[in-house]
Amino acid sequence: MKNNVYIYILVMAGVTYLIRLLPLTIFRKEIKNRFVRSFLYYMPYVTLAVMTFPAILSATGNVISSTIGFAAALIIAWLDGNLFKVALGACGAALVSQFIVNLL
Amino acid sequence: MEKPTKSAGRKANLQEFKSGIHHGIPVGLGYFFVSFTLGIAAKKTGLSAIQAALMSLSIHASAGEFAALGIIAAGAGYWEMALTEIIVNLRYLLMSCSLSQKISSGTKFFHRFLIAFDITDEIFAFSVSRPGKLNPFFTYGMMVIASPGWVFGTFVGAAAGGVLPAIVTGAMSIALYGMFISVIIPPARKDKVIAGVVIVSMLLSAAFALIPIIKNISSGFRIIILTVVISAAAAALFPVKEETESKETAE
Repeated sequence: MKNNVYIYILVMAGVTYLIRLLPLTIFRKEIKNRFVRSFLYYMPYVTLAVMTFPAILSATGNVISSTIGFAAALIIAWLDGNLFKVALGACGAALVSQFIVNLL
Repeated sequence: MEKPTKSAGRKANLQEFKSGIHHGIPVGLGYFFVSFTLGIAAKKTGLSAIQAALMSLSIHASAGEFAALGIIAAGAGYWEMALTEIIVNLRYLLMSCSLSQKISSGTKFFHRFLIAFDITDEIFAFSVSRPGKLNPFFTYGMMVIASPGWVFGTFVGAAAGGVLPAIVTGAMSIALYGMFISVIIPPARKDKVIAGVVIVSMLLSAAFALIPIIKNISSGFRIIILTVVISAAAAALFPVKEETESKETAE
């Protein structure tokens, strides 16, 4: 670590805040264009799906326990969308399966 | 448009605030869990618990903060930090565009500055799916629970995460993705188009990670390219219906 941590934080905070703020303050008129509205509707799902897969398969450092954690997250989210339950269930499944993998 | 009386407006605001808190509780707990692993990573990078918590308070972005730790560890330049954050957090630009449409034009301007402070994947997802226009107090209700969960979790992870065995912290690393999955799967269950979009996104993302040459594209750019291409294709093939917009306003 050569540089100042506080300046790093200041830079990332400034950039991230502007990214969130500018559209909220500039694009205030309602967008009528159906294509643009549809694009904005689908966009978050695409981004999060792309960020999740395949990165999740190497999350724990072991592909078997990661895959089992992934499967657990999908099942719990399908049955009950609660963020906490999904996160906890995925970690629990990954932990138990990693424990078994280590024993084998 | 009729102007609601002041007291009726306040009552509605309070109700929305409470509803936001209600939605914020599971999110805050999940954030605590995920940011705990972020705190552990921050400690490994050399940040103090206070610095890690300060980072979480001022950025509120999971992927953005994990990426930032890599930059700090490498001792890279400040401009590289700025560029990386732009790429990793660019999805918030699109989310803010979407949310901007959701806020009634009658809502006071300063609310936009406050909401911008904590637009996360989860707070966005709940805010944008409120029926009718968005009352900023709903978002504030979520923020007052979710933000402390995120910041405090980072702090505790950095201060005490080292005592956990590697097998536990490894398993906990999956919580971040569990959080993303809990945002995309429930709507995919209700809407077949979203389900298809999610599946295509994951398959193409895997293809991008495996195919030679293409796999050299950084994950930040991969996210942006796929987001733009797939969302545009979905919008062209399956434009959303107009009646999903209702005219009611909440002040």
